[in-house]
Amino acid sequence: MIKIKNLSKRFDDFLAVKKITFDIQPGEVLGFLGPNGAGKSTTMKMITGFLTPTEGSVELFGHSIDKEALAVKKMIGYLPEGAPCYGDMTVHAFLSFIAEVRGFTVLAQREERIERVVTQLELKKVLHRPVDDLSKGFKRRVGLAQAIIHDPQVLILDEPTDGLDPNQKHQVRELIKNLSKDKIVIISTHILEEVAAVCTRAVIIANGTLVADGTPEYLESQSKYHNAVTVEVEAPVAQNALYDTLSQLAGVEEVETLNDTATHLTLIPKEGQEIFEEVGQLIKEKAWPIKQLYVERGRLDEVFRRMTQEVA
Amino acid sequence: MTGSMGMTNIIVKRELASYFSTPLAYVFIVIFLMLNGVFTFFLVRLYERGQADLLPFFNFHPWLYLFLVPAIAMRLWAEERKTGSIELLLTLPVRLREVVLGKFLAAWFFTGIALALTFPIWLTVNYLGEPDNGVILASYLGSWLMAGSFLAIGSCMSALTSNQVIAFILSVVTCFLFIVTGFPMVLDWLTDWAPLVVIDAVASLSLMSHFQSISKGVLDLRDILYYLTMIGSWLLATAIIIDMKKAN
Repeated sequence: MIKIKNLSKRFDDFLAVKKITFDIQPGEVLGFLGPNGAGKSTTMKMITGFLTPTEGSVELFGHSIDKEALAVKKMIGYLPEGAPCYGDMTVHAFLSFIAEVRGFTVLAQREERIERVVTQLELKKVLHRPVDDLSKGFKRRVGLAQAIIHDPQVLILDEPTDGLDPNQKHQVRELIKNLSKDKIVIISTHILEEVAAVCTRAVIIANGTLVADGTPEYLESQSKYHNAVTVEVEAPVAQNALYDTLSQLAGVEEVETLNDTATHLTLIPKEGQEIFEEVGQLIKEKAWPIKQLYVERGRLDEVFRRMTQEVA
Repeated sequence: MTGSMGMTNIIVKRELASYFSTPLAYVFIVIFLMLNGVFTFFLVRLYERGQADLLPFFNFHPWLYLFLVPAIAMRLWAEERKTGSIELLLTLPVRLREVVLGKFLAAWFFTGIALALTFPIWLTVNYLGEPDNGVILASYLGSWLMAGSFLAIGSCMSALTSNQVIAFILSVVTCFLFIVTGFPMVLDWLTDWAPLVVIDAVASLSLMSHFQSISKGVLDLRDILYYLTMIGSWLLATAIIIDMKKAN
């Protein structure tokens, strides 16, 4: 497991990361969220041993990054922000270099490793082209390939799907999900749907401080839209009848109107209340012609915005 | 497990391959050989001297290196910083000293290759007369050691910045200072006010004075030690700078 304790990083007079503490267990896929400049990348750079913390400590499976840097670096696969590579090398030469540094000194072994990641990331047709000539999507996949080539215990990916098209994003997410279950994966992203799609846990940081930590479901439940009900009825219903009736319900805190004629509404419940059944009953009684009716789990983007702006 | 030497080897291999995968290596070698030819045959008139030695050839090397070696060295670290690959490199299970040494050695071997390719000039003097080949060999070694010192200085300057042009200019200026410290004009200026110890120290720091004794065929251990110390110190400085300034 990874233990991060009181981790701080100061650049000149700017405190980028302020006393962050949390643990990550094997099997967890941790989504690292935060606005740009919040300290996500800096924290990841300290976990990978690239930056030395100003204060605090990072431990991987009992090894301190400070004292046993080499042992720790061997356990980690890392995709830095922007997926930097040696652009003048071909994909094959680059992966071969990484594999050799990673300890696969026997040629056959190295080729087998390369073969495996090339298949996993579908790099076959660009294998002998210089990385500089590749499209953004391919470059990102080359970066991912080098990160997983040694089948690491800990995989740290800084914005792995940035610049990929929806199909490639899906592919990368599948890849992350398929990694064996006893590994630790840390992903930084600002794409919130990604968190719901692959992460078992999400941590939000803003201004260098940890502001939220929990499962994606927990974060959704922090949304004011958690259990909110959205109703749309056919136009014939009298303009304000829907609004007036529904806003009278006991469990409803607030009603948001989604169109001019007030036939499309979102009902936000009072904290901890469930109003779906109540609303359903009422609609049945009034025999309103329903176009759609659904309950929401919560909106991550709203939680994200609220939590990161509170500290700003 | 890969040992420390093994890891340095892997870095050297990668760096060398990357020199030859771009036009850089070929452009450098061609220009280096052309300038050597121009200097040796047109400017000093090797033929007209009527002496079978390579002294004029080697005497130009410090000035040739002054511009060509920083051009090789400027990319060593500045490019890694610019593209961000430094982050990839330094999070691999390698020690910083292995990387600093590996990058330097690759560049040094590369200048060695360029230097070795000047062999037709050596063949020419051997065809025309009977030069002292021992002296020539010593001069080649001295020339290569000097290139190494320039490279180590360049490596350090390259570590300071992500801008290759700045790295180039800083290296040229620093190398120039290390050439001229042994020159009479500098030493004369010092004699007016500085104590003898300082003058001696400054004079002995000059890359030039050590090179001149080697190129006369005198392989003094002190000269070799001087170059190796230069290389070692600048590489140590490189490592310290990289360690301190990893993030831009």
